[in-house]
Amino acid sequence: MEELRKLAKELLEKKEIAAVIGYRQISAMRTKPIIAKTAEDCEQLVFNEYCLNNLAVYLTKARIKELKRVNGSVLKLAVTAKPCDIHSVIALMQESQMKREDVYIIGFNCHGVVKDFDIAFRGETLAQKCIPCETHKPLYFDSILGEVKETPAAPDKVIEKIKEIEVMTAEQRFKYFKSEFDKCIKCFACRAACPLCYCQRCITDKTIPRWIESSPHSRGNYSWNIVRAFHLSGRCIGCGECERACPMDIPLSLLNRKMAIEAKEAYSYVSGRSLETPTLVGSYDVKDSDELFM
Amino acid sequence: MSENFEPKIVAFVCNWCTYTGADLAGTSRLKYPTNVKLIRVMCSGGIDPVFILKAFERGADGILVSGCHPNDCHYNAGNFHARRRWEFFDELLKFTGVEKERLQFSWVSASEGKKFVDVVTKVTNDIRALGPFKSYKLINEEFTAQFPETPVNENEVILSGENA
Repeated sequence: MEELRKLAKELLEKKEIAAVIGYRQISAMRTKPIIAKTAEDCEQLVFNEYCLNNLAVYLTKARIKELKRVNGSVLKLAVTAKPCDIHSVIALMQESQMKREDVYIIGFNCHGVVKDFDIAFRGETLAQKCIPCETHKPLYFDSILGEVKETPAAPDKVIEKIKEIEVMTAEQRFKYFKSEFDKCIKCFACRAACPLCYCQRCITDKTIPRWIESSPHSRGNYSWNIVRAFHLSGRCIGCGECERACPMDIPLSLLNRKMAIEAKEAYSYVSGRSLETPTLVGSYDVKDSDELFM
Repeated sequence: MSENFEPKIVAFVCNWCTYTGADLAGTSRLKYPTNVKLIRVMCSGGIDPVFILKAFERGADGILVSGCHPNDCHYNAGNFHARRRWEFFDELLKFTGVEKERLQFSWVSASEGKKFVDVVTKVTNDIRALGPFKSYKLINEEFTAQFPETPVNENEVILSGENA
């Protein structure tokens, strides 16, 4: 903790960064994002297992552009990030939302975060995404903090659920997903929490013509959830923020994971792992499979 | 399935190959099922998956997406981009419970009038065998029950002409 605060203050003092996007403790088991711009703010920075938010969501093109306009791109934005959050930052860079030199990544060695803030009441400890996680060390970083501890990966419940759904008949699957999507209240928290949902104007907000109905009934809900999952296919890095943000507990990670598995199996591509690889859906290969087409 | 079920099929076809192929089928006096409604777009890469969802919303039983053969695209790479995207979209729809015959893909070039007829016949027969898209119709029925005042096709005026 002291290391983090010292580093943040140093960087701010040296005028290397304009602000640190980090976490602050607001109660014993709850943290909140903070954009620290002064040494005073830096005193509040923390990193622990209650740091659930994926802060890459605050690294928007607009924010970086604004910074460049004011400072002529000398200053960077620093972000404190878990290894999985760094995957989002990499994915954003792959998609040309920002350059590597725009961001100062303060990486952490991570051994998993808690499931949700109210874990004390639920009695569950590790978040679902952390159970099968194998990336405890950041792939890209400018500074690295936190101690290394070996945490073995356990089998993934989401994959088991996906397999369970795959053996159902089409009608049963439709019924299952319809019942899940029916819960949707169209609050778009999933969109707001996702670092990769960065469109200036989302397709659901377009009204002439209105492609996806914005009122929460089964028809609009089905389209919205399918389109959301489709727009993230081959891009989602699996931070699970959409599902955590969802007030109705729709299993959104089922769809995201299914698409990620598809990307890995068909194209051996995992999103957000390398700055050099082009994005999967943004590129093509002449030798791609032609099986789908008559 | 009811015996007089006539499937509604929407085909999104690219201007340069499949649409011209369909034209050739017409000028060669080949016959194909009239269940299919062609919607011409400039390139198979320009077909947004929400078109497909919208078509299902409006009561389509099956959908065909067709464009130029690989390496044949009028815009060089449109169909290559489309191929990757459709791969994902198809997988997603299958996973969420749409039978794989409901959404089919093909490459039909401008000179393949006969192939166009074959493809359309196959899609029509597949959908006829499957019957109406009950799962999605259920959603529409629920919608009508919930909002009896609202027309099922909300943007009637903007989206369609008199004959749609």
